[in-house]
Amino acid sequence: MQRSPATAPTIARLIEAFHRLPGIGPKSAQRLAYHVLRAPRAEAEALSEALLEVKDSTRLCAACQNITDADPCAICLDSDRSASTICVVEEPLDVAAIERSGVYRGRYHVLHGAISPMDGIGPEDLKVGELLARLGDASIDEVILAMNPNLEGEATAGYLSRVIGAMGVRVTRIAHGLPVGADVEYADERTLRAAMTHRVEVEQPNGDD
Amino acid sequence: MPRRHPIRTEAIVLRQRPIGDADRICVLFSPTRGRIEAVARGVRKPLSKLAGHVEPLSRGQFGLAQGRSLHVITDAQTLDAWPSLHDDVDRMTEALAMAELVDRSTDLDVASGPLYALLKGSLDVLAATSAPRAVRRWFTLRFLDQQGYRPELDECVRCRAVLGPDGNGYAPADGGAVCPSCHQAGVGQRLSSPVFRLLRYMRRSSCEATSQVRVDANTSAELDRHLRLSMEQALDGQLRSGGFQESLERAEAIGRHAASAATEREREEQDRAVV
Repeated sequence: MQRSPATAPTIARLIEAFHRLPGIGPKSAQRLAYHVLRAPRAEAEALSEALLEVKDSTRLCAACQNITDADPCAICLDSDRSASTICVVEEPLDVAAIERSGVYRGRYHVLHGAISPMDGIGPEDLKVGELLARLGDASIDEVILAMNPNLEGEATAGYLSRVIGAMGVRVTRIAHGLPVGADVEYADERTLRAAMTHRVEVEQPNGDD
Repeated sequence: MPRRHPIRTEAIVLRQRPIGDADRICVLFSPTRGRIEAVARGVRKPLSKLAGHVEPLSRGQFGLAQGRSLHVITDAQTLDAWPSLHDDVDRMTEALAMAELVDRSTDLDVASGPLYALLKGSLDVLAATSAPRAVRRWFTLRFLDQQGYRPELDECVRCRAVLGPDGNGYAPADGGAVCPSCHQAGVGQRLSSPVFRLLRYMRRSSCEATSQVRVDANTSAELDRHLRLSMEQALDGQLRSGGFQESLERAEAIGRHAASAATEREREEQDRAVV
């Protein structure tokens, strides 16, 4: 990013710092920097403290590898959740997304990435070893693979199903098909094929009322 | 400034990488324009209409607007989704190796009709075959041929003696097979008779015919080793996707080992509890 002589070096440094964040372009970085500059000192202090705290006090949960500030994390400690099912996801944000849906009451395992053969990212670069160590526990009945339905997700799911299958643990994969609000007309061949393959019975009214 | 005309081309999607919050850069391989790098905007959003049509290892018809540095995909229609290349991890691994070979050996905006036909034809066979490794081997041999690295299998690359089936060596750096006397003088790795015959058969046969041939594990390993060396010679480096193939080959053994280690741990814990 080019520095303008009209911008003070300290502000330029802050603009550059914001610009390094994902999804922040040069204009947004400028707006954020000037917002911080104009904000009360307490607001700037709270922001800087929050930034340092997130770096100092978060770690990975030793069990599920999710980012947490207490080890084990709240999900792994929750005795109301089923300990016999593990849902494997690529990123910590995927845990948050599944939790928002409220449909899953088991445990998680975060891989922190996906296998990407073309980029040379293999299972040894992910938290696969930690997952296999957890599966040694005889109480695990099912592993749900919740990878993204793209090439990296499919490579990851293919590899994990082969390893976990050899351990004799049941492996399932979340269904994929048309997202809510999509048009069938625009759907691609593979999505439609998946949607058709995983179609479900329509519940019929029982007629008692 | 002259107006840039939109491009319409058929292409195979070789790979993608994310850019920004919702976009991806797709590497396309077109028969008339070679390798093209193009941005697919918004394809990481759940309701993107483009996303399913720009997945790697698929073939489609693409509309491209010429940007300053990268093209922008304006529309896409899938022609071949090759679902089995995505559903079956063994087929996917071989397809990715083929795509990586093409990606690393072609230039931007240089027409490559014969290589496109080779890749498309091989992916068609791969999608239907029960012997994915054989298809990749056949593709590799034809690829070397097209790129000017055809391994010599008729005459010794050192002394030009006509080669028989036995006692030969393989020296990719020299361009192919060497006769028994040159091999005994220390040139090349051992080239067994079955592998020598298979290489010659693959060269004159179709992809479908090659995928029908069944080979034992030793022949298979030797053949892969020789082809890999030739390919690395041509690429001047290793295939990145080769690492995943090795991981996949070890996957079941890793699973079995993890299961037996867990059983062993459990037994030790039970023994400790009894004591």
